[in-house]
Amino acid sequence: MSDAVIQSAAGRRLPSLSALGPLLALILLVVLGASLNDNFLSAGNVTNVLARSAFIGMIAVGMTFVITSGGLDLSVGSMAAFIAGVMILGMNALLPAMGVGVPLVLAGMGIALGVGLLAGLGNGLLVTKARIEPFIVTLGTMGIFRSLVTWLADGGTISLDFGVRQLYRPVYYSGLFGIAWPIIVFAIVAIAGQVAMRHTRFGRYCEAIGSNDKVALYSAVNVERIRLLTYVLLGLLVGLATIMYVPRLGSASGSTGMLWELEAIAAVIIGGTALKGGYGRVWGTVVGVLILSLIDNILILADLVSPYLNGTIQGVIIVFAVVLQRGKSSSA
Amino acid sequence: MTAPVLELVGVRKSYGPIEILHGVDFALRAGEVHALIGENGAGKSTIMKIIGGFVAPSSGEVRLDGRPAAYRSGAEAEAAGVVVIHQEFNLAPDLTVAENIYLGRELGGLFLDHKAMRAGTQALLDELDSAIRPEARIRDLPVSDRQMVEIAKALSRNARVLIMDEPSAVLTHREVEVLFRQIERLRAQGVALLYTSHRLEEVTHLADRITVLRDGAVVRQALRGELTEDGMATAMVGRDLEDIYPAKRHHAGEVALELRGFSVPPLVKDISFTLKRGEVLGISGLVGSGRTELAEGLVGLRASTGEVRRNGVPVRIASVREAAAQGMAYLTEDRKERGLLLDKTLRENLTLSTLPRFGAPFISAAREEEALTKAIADFDIRAPRRDLRVGNLSGGNQQKLLLAKTMLSDPEVVIIDEPTRGIDVGTKSQIYAFIDALAGEGKSVIVISSDMPEILGLSDRVLVMRQGRIAGELSGERISETDVVRLVMGTSEDAAGDAAQGSVTKGNTAEGSVHV
Repeated sequence: MSDAVIQSAAGRRLPSLSALGPLLALILLVVLGASLNDNFLSAGNVTNVLARSAFIGMIAVGMTFVITSGGLDLSVGSMAAFIAGVMILGMNALLPAMGVGVPLVLAGMGIALGVGLLAGLGNGLLVTKARIEPFIVTLGTMGIFRSLVTWLADGGTISLDFGVRQLYRPVYYSGLFGIAWPIIVFAIVAIAGQVAMRHTRFGRYCEAIGSNDKVALYSAVNVERIRLLTYVLLGLLVGLATIMYVPRLGSASGSTGMLWELEAIAAVIIGGTALKGGYGRVWGTVVGVLILSLIDNILILADLVSPYLNGTIQGVIIVFAVVLQRGKSSSA
Repeated sequence: MTAPVLELVGVRKSYGPIEILHGVDFALRAGEVHALIGENGAGKSTIMKIIGGFVAPSSGEVRLDGRPAAYRSGAEAEAAGVVVIHQEFNLAPDLTVAENIYLGRELGGLFLDHKAMRAGTQALLDELDSAIRPEARIRDLPVSDRQMVEIAKALSRNARVLIMDEPSAVLTHREVEVLFRQIERLRAQGVALLYTSHRLEEVTHLADRITVLRDGAVVRQALRGELTEDGMATAMVGRDLEDIYPAKRHHAGEVALELRGFSVPPLVKDISFTLKRGEVLGISGLVGSGRTELAEGLVGLRASTGEVRRNGVPVRIASVREAAAQGMAYLTEDRKERGLLLDKTLRENLTLSTLPRFGAPFISAAREEEALTKAIADFDIRAPRRDLRVGNLSGGNQQKLLLAKTMLSDPEVVIIDEPTRGIDVGTKSQIYAFIDALAGEGKSVIVISSDMPEILGLSDRVLVMRQGRIAGELSGERISETDVVRLVMGTSEDAAGDAAQGSVTKGNTAEGSVHV
């Protein structure tokens, strides 16, 4: 028998080098940033970087589940803009009836989550019930959401009423124990996402479906429902990200959330989630988001390279991350 | 007698230490249809691959016009006039008939000469008396027309030797007639044809010469009229059951599952049978006879109609989950594509279909590990490491893991599709012992298999399926390989009835197929 060669049940593997790669890259970036600019590790700068990462971060956590189960969502940036537009219009419309106050802000938040849920549900139903490729579905809804928000704004900007804006501002600018709200919410989302991916049926099913949806189907997994849920979850998280984002500027326009989808997908890939699905790593996604923001931040703080080259460096890192992934899978 | 066009002399083929062809001799002559028949695994496809140049023989030689012909590729064989028409056609579905026929040897220089290619195609199709348009896309053609395009393509290569691998398997009765006319036309033109089919009446009808293959060796060669269909079946079989099968000792109990007029469109029609506790029911039939579709319909993987009763109670099953709730489980024949996640570990695979039992909302990894430890012991799964990806396990160990996974839901009715496909003999007997133990525990087991000895060795009763229907049922001491083969092949009713002496129930009517 083979008992002798079967290792103990409790034996847990350390993450492999390729899994730690993004983490090492993040540490390198921090060291680099600190050596280039004294201001880099200041509380102000760290808060700034993390708070800006939070929007993309929350979306990217949701995107991790979508990609892990073999899907894709290109519509999230436009969706965020659309949700922001509807949310602001809704709050402005409710203002005469409800007056400036916490209930109005809560109503706005409810609108954001509701619209996010519906948008995600729409994407999900088109993918699962109409059986259209996720790429095609979300390419379509990306255009639809973007055009709708531009139409709602009549080509300009939708602005939140000034009084409400003053009340709502602290959701972005204030925090708890000196930590900004977006950072706290992002941290909660990330931890919950990591736990859901690793320790719940939902996460396991996402991986199984992405790995081979036929096997999942034959194994009594409700493939359609899990797929649908990943898009709904992503829609809700886009809504949540928008709730944190709107108080920052207090407005929405046709260019809100531009290219967020690509940043979110890039963060997921850099973090080690397989683009073809089957393997998801939420903490990796968080690392990926931080890497992308840090590059941006360092280029602005340090005078080494033009900040205009930000996209170039991010692009190189994305391609490099995928090359690393391929090396991993072919050696396995 | 004319000299052979193509000849196999003492052809042997080994894969590793296992020899699967043991010195095969036979010859194809111009203007002759030569039928090659044998059970699954007898070596027919290997011979066709060798003739077509896709596989090189380990020893012996293939002679074309009396000279040794060692092709290094299918293309070289084709250039020499030896063309194989595979079961899965080699046609590009989005291209037109003409584009397919000239694929790889297009006419014209810098720009393609569409007109000439269309004209050439039209001439070929006219020669075959076919009404297919050269501009038609393959995608839009019925299967029989695609077959015709393959034949036209073969002719355009000036085929002198044409090898047809079960061309009738995918055709309707009417289409088969058209095919036969074309074959007779080609024979009259002096082409040497090699024809394989599981339908023995076709062999009787077409073949000028018959070679029967069994276990990698030629066991019988005959000219037209020398061999009856019964004789062919007997020659194909003639094998003792090895004692890797457990002794049958099942005491069937109450009826656990009953089907009445059960259909899985479009293939499976009007199936009725009963399954008792503690019984092993074998389902035999050719690939494509609807066995897998029946099983998948039963567990809700395909839409079905008709009546299903579990323990006497009518049930509707529309998904694998609902089947599991009824205590039914299906173990797929395709363990690599439908059974296991090859890039996941043993633990994740084992618990996938029963995950709710391992804790909610959080999965207990400790309980999963416990289940894996038990599965490794119970099913003798041999993995060098517990955290190995399942794709790195041997076929036998994958199959044992798949069994363990299926049994984790503790089903009462287990349908096992091809339990030992691609598995070594040692593991086979383990799996047989396991199936036997299941029946011993009072579970009901359905075994679907193309492996005849397996069906005979395991089953208390055998259902034979043909073209989506139950062709007959055999039970008890009377299950014999010859009878099963007759039912599988659909040889004449009289012959089958005589030979089986009443133990065969013809199932062409719903009433006739149910008996207890």
